[in-house]
Amino acid sequence: MLTIESINTYYGNIRALKNISIDIAQGEIVALIGANGAGKTTTLKSISGITPPRTGRIRFMGKEIQNAAPEKIVAMGLCHVPEGRHIFPQLSVMENLEMGAFLRRDKAEIKKDLDYIMSLFPILAQRRKQAGGTLSGGEQQMLAISRALMGRPKLLLLDEPSLGLAPLIIRQIFEIIEQINRSGTTIFLIEQNANLALKSSHRGYVMENGEITLTDTADKLLSNEDVKKAYLGI
Amino acid sequence: MFSLQEIKKSGIAAIWFMFLTFPIMVIRVNPLERTIQWRWENMLYVGIGVFAFSFLWREMLRRKEMGLKKKMQEDGSEKPGFLQKAAENPRLILPALGLVMGIALLFPHLVNPYQISIMTLALIYVVLGLGLNIVVGQAGLLNLGYVAFFAVGAYTYALLNKHFGLGFWACLPIGAGMAALFGILLALPILRLRGDYLAIVTLGFGEITRIVLENWGKFSGGPIGIRGIPRPDFFGMSFSLSEAIMYIYYLMIAAVILTIFVINRLQNSRLGRAWVALREDEIACQAMGIDKAKVKLSAFALGATWAGMAGVIFAGYNTYINPKSFTFMESVIILSIVVLGGMGSILGVVLGGLIMILLPEYLREVGHYRMLIFGAAMIIMMVFRPQGLIQSKRKAYEFQEDKGAA
Ligand SMILES: Nc1ncnc2c1ncn2[C@@H]1O[C@H](COP(=O)(O)OP(=O)(O)OP(=O)(O)O)[C@@H](O)[C@H]1O
Ligand SMILES: [Mg+2]
Repeated sequence: MLTIESINTYYGNIRALKNISIDIAQGEIVALIGANGAGKTTTLKSISGITPPRTGRIRFMGKEIQNAAPEKIVAMGLCHVPEGRHIFPQLSVMENLEMGAFLRRDKAEIKKDLDYIMSLFPILAQRRKQAGGTLSGGEQQMLAISRALMGRPKLLLLDEPSLGLAPLIIRQIFEIIEQINRSGTTIFLIEQNANLALKSSHRGYVMENGEITLTDTADKLLSNEDVKKAYLGI
Repeated sequence: MFSLQEIKKSGIAAIWFMFLTFPIMVIRVNPLERTIQWRWENMLYVGIGVFAFSFLWREMLRRKEMGLKKKMQEDGSEKPGFLQKAAENPRLILPALGLVMGIALLFPHLVNPYQISIMTLALIYVVLGLGLNIVVGQAGLLNLGYVAFFAVGAYTYALLNKHFGLGFWACLPIGAGMAALFGILLALPILRLRGDYLAIVTLGFGEITRIVLENWGKFSGGPIGIRGIPRPDFFGMSFSLSEAIMYIYYLMIAAVILTIFVINRLQNSRLGRAWVALREDEIACQAMGIDKAKVKLSAFALGATWAGMAGVIFAGYNTYINPKSFTFMESVIILSIVVLGGMGSILGVVLGGLIMILLPEYLREVGHYRMLIFGAAMIIMMVFRPQGLIQSKRKAYEFQEDKGAA
């Protein structure tokens, strides 16, 4: 579904990504783990066109997107939940969700998706009129994910969904991520919380200093000695 | 409330103000007789006044805070004030609109031409405020050089008329179009800027425009400006002076109605929603698939269009223009209209425009103190009602809520 072929992304003269290659197949949950500053966020931004790679190719559903504008990429069904959630703070929960469907014009279908999301996150239904900025961190993360779902993504990019959340909420969010995946959305997620991320995923990539150092099925990564030492704290 | 601490606070405020106002309130220099008069009694009045007022001030702040807390507890959101409620009550809207329209139509028959002219000027500023409201209130892009677009409209009419003899009605769309073009020209290089930087660049743009007009004498007539600009005509018919004043007034009423209509439509359109998204969070805006550049350009261009139109009418209204009408101060006044009225709220901006222009005009009787009163009013306003006269309300959610969901 998504094929990244040795991309290099720069911030000015700093080379943040070095020949990154990643493959994601339809229906998968793939995790990308790595230390702070490894380049995980940059990888997602390169995919979604916010910091396009200088060299290399990215193909999504057979089309090359490494030079496409971010809004074109979203329109193709590739939605990005940015690091730090980025809720619209003064808009209500409902209005936030409505923004998620900005590119769509099929009102009846949007309504259906809203109902689906309200069943997925009952807490959001309760808070529908509350301003996004006044939600708790966990609620904001749920809103950010649902808002992206309102765009009916084929591939969902999640940047650290567990950032700053309590263990109980994190587990809840990962359960929902799996549920979203079961209903047909492919998911590529970045995590610091390697243990949980790998437990929910099918496959994983490990990133260090802008390079992919390891890739395997999630189970194998979980039992890999190096990964255990570096990321699982065992 | 009269605790020692409070008294101390008020005492300090009183001394501070006595010190601040010392040069103007106490010392009076008489340049003819070369004497200095010391009016110590004024200092006493200032001290007592400030001392008493500071108690009142604190009490009001306290009340405001308590009120806020109570409202927050009730329903998690701020409760609308009286004006707000009146503005949102659907049963009041039609009669109120009718009443306002009636007054607006009858107004020029009840007062003298001077007052009609003042009102016309206020209406011009209402249109300017509504236009800037798109850029600042809706899209959240601070523009301190907005008056430049006003100047572009005015000079477009003046110059096209002088050199090519084009009439008012031909120039109206041309002026608006020229201003939009300038809006895009300004927006292109600053697409990446936000906040402070944007404010500085737009401020510079406004000043450059004024300086060019002032110094490029051959083109714009320099500081003297351009005279003899014809007043708007009515299908080739022209009027006597008093008729013309009334005609321009009605023209402005029509312009305000048109502006409100169009801007209201824009606000509730996809573009309007994209502006709001841009104001709220640029990164999220991009993640929603909104083209940031296009949205910014459209906000600047559409905002400038109204300034251009207002500029053409202003040139016809004043019959002569010079760069003095387009200084930074003007940008500040227009921005104040938007802020005072309530960012993003159409009704608020209309009220703000009328107050900002009419109040100083009618305070003229109070002479020197009018700007002082005006400044104090602005400060009080910002402390006690920072959201403006009327808080902006976005259109409620479009889809029916299903009651069972919660
Ligand atoms: N806008 C920027 N300008 C310059 N350098 C940047 C920029 N954004 C990121 N970098 C650098 O690129 C490298 C990778 O950053 P990135 O945000 O991708 O890390 P990350 O893996 O997401 O880290 P974290 O887990 O802390 O979020 C870092 O060294 C960072 O300093
Ligand atoms: Mg990151």
